[in-house]
Amino acid sequence: MFIDYYIILSVALFCIGIVGVLTRRNAIIIFMCVELMLNAVNLLLVAFSKMHHLTPPKKELAAVAGTDGQIFVFFIMVVAAAEVSVGLAIIVMMYRNIHSVDVNFLNRLKH
Amino acid sequence: MNVTEILFGILTVMALFSALLMITSKNPVHSVLWLIVTFFSISGHYILLNAQFLAVVNIIVYAGAIMVLFLFVIMLMNLNNTAEPKKNRWLKLVGGIAGGCLFLVLVAALKDSEVKRQFTEVKTGDIGLIKNLGKELFSTYVVPFEISSILFLSAMVGAVVIGKKE
Repeated sequence: MFIDYYIILSVALFCIGIVGVLTRRNAIIIFMCVELMLNAVNLLLVAFSKMHHLTPPKKELAAVAGTDGQIFVFFIMVVAAAEVSVGLAIIVMMYRNIHSVDVNFLNRLKH
Repeated sequence: MNVTEILFGILTVMALFSALLMITSKNPVHSVLWLIVTFFSISGHYILLNAQFLAVVNIIVYAGAIMVLFLFVIMLMNLNNTAEPKKNRWLKLVGGIAGGCLFLVLVAALKDSEVKRQFTEVKTGDIGLIKNLGKELFSTYVVPFEISSILFLSAMVGAVVIGKKE
């Protein structure tokens, strides 16, 4: 399988996430779009981690080349899980204060 | 066209279609459900790349834990029948154009890149199996692994402190 297909798929998912962040007003959906962008990056990292297997740099590295990429994906998932717990707590607090999750009401820093 | 390419095509169409429905559906609960479909198809891609550990972790952590958390919050706020306020149509259009331009630039940048037309290995290879990843995680990356537990502890404390009533 060509790496190009994976790159285009990941870029498309990332751009869908960006369009969602730019066009939606609901804070929860914006947050979900950020998750989608993280997942697009993860998919690309996994695809790249399997790329140099056919021409590894050294013979003894052939078995484990690309492991680092998948470990990175694992740590990205760990950080994303921590981020979601704090972010959702912030959204709940925002809903409790202004009774809405619309980001248009969060413009007090503007004035 | 062999089985791998057909599977790749089906999973790709599923991921893009459900991601588009996720950002366009009015009801937040439907958005969450479409995002879960997207995560499952990304997990299918991981299985196709023989990254089985990450596929299982993706389903457990993302489609399981994180999305359940989102659903809980949406249902706690009772948002599922409140329509979003009317917003500027031009703003939506400009957002779509900006995202489309980014997509165009990134795909066009692929044209002269070194990685173009390189192969990625599907269906074979054992670096994605739990034996290899676990060995690496507990030898080379053991310090970041332990630090991430502190990160989780602080995230837990932070979530409780932020979410607490005064």
